[in-house]
Amino acid sequence: MSAPIGRDHGLDLLRQMVLIRRFEEKAAELYSVGKIRGFLHLYIGEEAVAVGAMQALTPEDNVVATYREHGQALARGIPPGAVMAEMYGKANGCSRGRGGSMHLFDIERRFHGGHAIVGGGLPVAVGLALADAMQSRAAVTACFFGDGAVAEGAFAESLNLAALWRLPVVFLCENNLYAMGTALARHQAQTDIVRKAEAAGVPGEAVDGMDVLAVEAAARQGAEAVRGGRGPRLLEARTYRFRAHSMYDPDLYRPRDEIERWKASDPVVRFSAALRAQGLLADADIAAMEASVAAEVDAAVAEAEAGPWEPVEDLLKDVCTPPVSR
Amino acid sequence: MTKMTYREAARSALREALRSDPRVFLMGEDVGRYGGAFAVSHGLLAEFGPERVRDTPLSENTFVGAGVGAALGGLRPIVEVMTVNFSLLCLDQVVNNAATLRHMSGGQLSVPLVVRMATGAGRQLAAQHSHSLEGWYAHVPGITVVAPGTVADARGLLLAALREPDPVFVFEHASLYAMEGEVDETAGPDELGRAVVRREGADLSLITYGGSLPKALAAADLLAADGIAAEVIDLRTLRPLDTATILASVARTHRALVVDEGWRTGSFAAEVSARIMEGGFYDLDGPVQRLCSAEVPIPYARHLEDAALPQPATIAAAARAMLWRDG
Repeated sequence: MSAPIGRDHGLDLLRQMVLIRRFEEKAAELYSVGKIRGFLHLYIGEEAVAVGAMQALTPEDNVVATYREHGQALARGIPPGAVMAEMYGKANGCSRGRGGSMHLFDIERRFHGGHAIVGGGLPVAVGLALADAMQSRAAVTACFFGDGAVAEGAFAESLNLAALWRLPVVFLCENNLYAMGTALARHQAQTDIVRKAEAAGVPGEAVDGMDVLAVEAAARQGAEAVRGGRGPRLLEARTYRFRAHSMYDPDLYRPRDEIERWKASDPVVRFSAALRAQGLLADADIAAMEASVAAEVDAAVAEAEAGPWEPVEDLLKDVCTPPVSR
Repeated sequence: MTKMTYREAARSALREALRSDPRVFLMGEDVGRYGGAFAVSHGLLAEFGPERVRDTPLSENTFVGAGVGAALGGLRPIVEVMTVNFSLLCLDQVVNNAATLRHMSGGQLSVPLVVRMATGAGRQLAAQHSHSLEGWYAHVPGITVVAPGTVADARGLLLAALREPDPVFVFEHASLYAMEGEVDETAGPDELGRAVVRREGADLSLITYGGSLPKALAAADLLAADGIAAEVIDLRTLRPLDTATILASVARTHRALVVDEGWRTGSFAAEVSARIMEGGFYDLDGPVQRLCSAEVPIPYARHLEDAALPQPATIAAAARAMLWRDG
């Protein structure tokens, strides 16, 4: 992490990661007091992946994400208040309280979920890319999924179909080493995800997912290749979640020293140190950034608190449009 | 009016949709070069080219999910799954995505997807090609489920499906593809969610759909010879179900026999029966009866397969028993 970087861009990346970190710390706190219910899967430790990857996308591109998607949602620009309100289950949430933490949507930002069936987003991403290709749009579809998803048939099927039809998909595997509690080596004979992709005809590359600049560079390269009509690419970001799988998880399956070892390469700490080393970040900058992020998170919570509940009379709204032909 | 088969009627709708709307495309296993497993899409590749008539790998979950994604991306995909039996491999995309995305996104997403598949038995294809699982699909809110039982409906309901902003599943009965009928090729889309009276009669209502419709009409002929006037209701759309037409018929006939090629336990016929109990109980002169497939994986041997399925003679016998005329 020694390549020169523009100050504004560096501070922007750092701020986005800090926002995700503080937003999720607040979400965990709100979960413990019952403001947020259901499942809550924290992204803490993996922020460099979403923030780095999102740099490669234009507003016309599509994003498909998983149930651990607060980071992607915020990095894509969904307002924190709309995300927090969704986690509260409020009508001003980005899915009107129908989805919760696992199902964030924002059609204007082409953020197509929030998929909580492991691997379930991959075929949808292939279809979004097919629609772009058939309508001669230059967009790419960024499809996030975890290492657990590589065990699903949808992974093999979707990579094959995207490669066969040369569709503009960037498959972004966030390899945090655990499919919930099952380590990659305990569920895959071939643990090299790039090789799996290459077997399907999809060129792949592994990148240090704790290094936001490395992720950004690889994502830009991948998206550029895909945009050039050369078919899909896979990027495996090697990362780690610092928290348990969900708020229910006692985290009994990971050695403490493994967690500590990964925490030593905390993407936020590492990147701020790199910026400091290049003389781009001073103590005052950090203090100002933390204060502005704290204010933004507080505002998000206030927006969620103030938001209305969807009237129960609207329970059946948006299940199906009443048939046109009736 | 033009005389054509159920297969040709479905093809006529596909061709019309492909001609009139550039967003429409067809994809599925062997829909292109092979011409469709049931020859429904025969000739469409030559007319519309490989961009719009796409052969897919045997990846049901992914090509149905790609249909969902393509619909989100502004196209009007028609996905053919060879048979309902194979569609079990794509149920994740159907139930967890196609049916949920509009609601789960707070109304932001729209999935105008049409999925067609063959259903049903009667061709000695044994237990992995013969089942009737459309009733399972009808359980799921967020999708529309259509089962054409006539040649005209094979065209008209498919055209109607293509106008919907939400997913529609069209179950074409495999034993009907060669059936002939008259079709008005200038007619536009039909109505979804509307059952029709195919034959009027005062003595009992035979309520059915899809592949059992011709059998119920044949049973009505047999019953007529005995002096029993059976009314035949064709449900056509299983979800949303046209309860009003069912109840109006029962109010006239006071007896209902529901004929459904699915298995009896947890069947779609059970849903129809329950709706009659809820809304038409005091119109009934006797209990609602169901005639469904025997509770067995559909066997290969002709005589066993025939015995497993509702047939005109067994439908007529069940109707006679309800009217206390066993002879």
